[in-house]
Amino acid sequence: MSELRQGKPVIYELSRPGRIGCDLPALDVPEQEVAALVSEHLLRSVPPNLPQVSEVDVVRHYIGLSRRNYGVDNGFYPLGSCTMKYNPKINEDTARLAGFSKIHPLQPVDTVQGALSVLYELQTYLAQIAGMDGCTLQPVAGAHGELTGLKLIRAYHHSRGENRTKVIVPDSAHGTNPATATACGLETVEIKSDPDGSVNLEALRAAVGPDTAAFMLTNPSTLGLFETKITEIAKITHDAGGLLYYDGANANAILGITRPGDMGFDVVHFNLHKTFSTPHGGGGPGSGPVGVKAKLLPFLPVPVIEFDGHRYSLQYDQPQSIGKVHSFYGNFAVMLRAYTYIRMMGPDGLRLASEDAVLNANYIMRSLAESYELPFDRHCMHECVFAGLKEPAPGVKTLDIAKRILDYGYHPPTIYFPLIVHDALMIEPTETESKETMDEFIAVMKKIAQEALESPELVSNAPHTTVVRRLDETTAARKPVVRWKDK
Amino acid sequence: MAGHHYLPNTPADRQAMLKTIGVQSVEELFADLPADIRLKQPLELPPAVSELEILRMMQERAGRNSNVDQFPCFLGAGAYDHFVPSVVSHLAGRAEFYTAYTQYQPEISQGGLQALWEYQSFMCELTGLDVSNASLYDGATATAEAMNLACGVTGRKKVLISAGVHPFYRQVVATYARDFGFAVQVIPVVQGKTAADELITLVDDETATVILQTPNFYGIIEDMTAFGEAVHRQGGLFVAVVNPISLALLQSPGEYGADIAVGEGQPLGLGLNFGGPYLGFMAVREKYMRRMPGRIVGQTVDIEGRRGFVLTLQAREQHIRREKAYSNICSNEGLCAVMAAIYVSAMGREGLRQVANSCLQKAHYAAQRIAALPGYSLAHTGPFFHEFVIKTPRPASEINSLLLAKGIIGGLDLATLEAAMADQLLFCVTEKRTSGEIDELVAVLEGLK
Repeated sequence: MSELRQGKPVIYELSRPGRIGCDLPALDVPEQEVAALVSEHLLRSVPPNLPQVSEVDVVRHYIGLSRRNYGVDNGFYPLGSCTMKYNPKINEDTARLAGFSKIHPLQPVDTVQGALSVLYELQTYLAQIAGMDGCTLQPVAGAHGELTGLKLIRAYHHSRGENRTKVIVPDSAHGTNPATATACGLETVEIKSDPDGSVNLEALRAAVGPDTAAFMLTNPSTLGLFETKITEIAKITHDAGGLLYYDGANANAILGITRPGDMGFDVVHFNLHKTFSTPHGGGGPGSGPVGVKAKLLPFLPVPVIEFDGHRYSLQYDQPQSIGKVHSFYGNFAVMLRAYTYIRMMGPDGLRLASEDAVLNANYIMRSLAESYELPFDRHCMHECVFAGLKEPAPGVKTLDIAKRILDYGYHPPTIYFPLIVHDALMIEPTETESKETMDEFIAVMKKIAQEALESPELVSNAPHTTVVRRLDETTAARKPVVRWKDK
Repeated sequence: MAGHHYLPNTPADRQAMLKTIGVQSVEELFADLPADIRLKQPLELPPAVSELEILRMMQERAGRNSNVDQFPCFLGAGAYDHFVPSVVSHLAGRAEFYTAYTQYQPEISQGGLQALWEYQSFMCELTGLDVSNASLYDGATATAEAMNLACGVTGRKKVLISAGVHPFYRQVVATYARDFGFAVQVIPVVQGKTAADELITLVDDETATVILQTPNFYGIIEDMTAFGEAVHRQGGLFVAVVNPISLALLQSPGEYGADIAVGEGQPLGLGLNFGGPYLGFMAVREKYMRRMPGRIVGQTVDIEGRRGFVLTLQAREQHIRREKAYSNICSNEGLCAVMAAIYVSAMGREGLRQVANSCLQKAHYAAQRIAALPGYSLAHTGPFFHEFVIKTPRPASEINSLLLAKGIIGGLDLATLEAAMADQLLFCVTEKRTSGEIDELVAVLEGLK
């Protein structure tokens, strides 16, 4: 760690005039004067200031940076709501096969039948898992799926001559839900949740009306609890003429056990980078496919993948479609990984994954209930939420606890979310963690609770062992330095 | 079922955990789920297969596709077959990068944050603008986000977009614009170039933005300066959709007065991957920084004075502002941005210029040779970078089929986008195409006339 502590130059600081990090073939066609091909005023006057480094510099630099980063392959990553399960290595290999990674999106469809067959089957699998009638794979992130889903809902209402403008979201919702409503030109109506984070039916009844476009819901909720009144919720929403939207952030709890479509949802998005084991890439690329009930099929984005029993094709002629949502067909290489995962898990494996995810979360919840405040004393689903320390320690905040966890070599849980739980710590172990890993984590969490009482400054000044210590985020935002500039 | 190699719990582990929890069975943990919504039978999915089996299955599927290593590819139109040095996949393939989540805990995410900050620096340099975000989804959605930004800043709803902007990008722009009530008008293209006189008459004080692409969809390098001046006179924002490789040679958006530059970052070291994951980029003038969508990495110091990096200006974003956020974007294309940073570092100042020059030279060599064939001609006269449209003596689809039979993936048949553009092929020639491949293309075309 001491070596890593010495700080890391940025790549520009390694730059020396004349160095080059790649080897390009000599030009094998007759070279013409650039100015003879493109007139001078269309050319740059000053070349971009890019680094000049050797290949070895590049390798050492980015290997060095990778050592200053922490992924799920490094260790336990119980980041609630993010489903940081293990990312199988075979997924990386299948996605890199040249027949998949080296095909152009505009090649003739007869030269990409293998790719289209995988997409077509994946759509079918996801629709089956969701209990839906069809699916589009084009959205490339959860929020992009939400955007696509709400646009589908708008188009559906419009096709019926209705201009419904309001989207109801619980106050426990992810920020993307209200932000997406705005991004679709819709208005958000936030309703208060019951103390346990479940939907308050009275509040929902009061909120729905002829202007309700949709109710967006995460189930299990963002508190990791299942909405027991989901059938009633669906009825209230549907009776008012609204549609029910399933935010799939927490779908890892329900695979093969229950399905959004059977709960009464009309539209669902999955996050392949959560539930279906594809890596998060430090913030993407993700994939956010959207499944729909039959009445919404005509509105799916183009192109639609069709199969006539012999040949797959890309169909653009969909008069009621919301249009295109991506340059091409979405994050294909991410879909390959999810496809690989689903085929390897099979129906029983997926179900067992959800059962173990729920078992593991309950194990951690019960094991920490003496040290951390458990706001709701009932079984959780795939994640559990604590409200800070059981015995509050003066001057020790939830943030401090998270930072102290870093000293013990784990990624901390999600903190301060959901907003409706004070000092929230949201722990999602996932099914791919062993009991030993969780036992070690539990011991660390208990120890930190003890430290908070006995030596609070140790906790409130954490982290102590990371490559940098706590960073000045305020100055970063007030006086942004967002790029390199030569001195 | 005995278990699965991604699931470490043994039956004994499960029993021990159930005991701690105080229940008899896992089933009890699901007691909250009403019986009427429980799935009564297993999911209808194919049964599990082993790693070796899935590998063989996927190899078989992959083998049904014709890849560009076997078939020299002259397609561009938003996805480009460039050479990617080995370092890119080896370094971006470090699990510390690709198995991490978003950098919410900066102390253990310095590597990813710094790589993204370096990416931002490169994009600022290439575009000649002040601030880059840490990525958007792709070129099309980045263009739509630029429109949203311009309309938000100006409080106006009229959007002028050139027909020279990629038709798929225009379609995504239309999808995004519809729900906001933005009025999108398309400025025609004449002779492969955006019609400047038409635009000047359409721009008025209700115009939020003018959006142009250069090199445009037909490959032509637009003369951007006049368009920027026209929209600025009316108080609107000028959006440039650009190809990052071309910016090693061509005038930068900053130089010709663009307020926002967006585009597709795929040419910077990302594979074709049948259309994704790609990399949307956006850079803006400083005064729009606090309105920009997406994540931004900033430099700062820790409590002991060490340089460090954090996600910054988060007050713009959905997890803080919720329905008042400027965009709903959360997950972006972070790893793709890291790949682009590694690619640009490896290429460096000289390498990127060489790539751009090689594209320029080979595309002109190919265009001149094809246009010299009887029956073939260049559709437009303007300057171009690495794409150009050829008018063909026979239907373009026929030509493509015959090229494919000779092992060549031809250009894009423009009639597939617009019936009026029959007998036209949009070719792209990158530095990867050899003179031998180009000569072969020319020879086959000559034989087809």
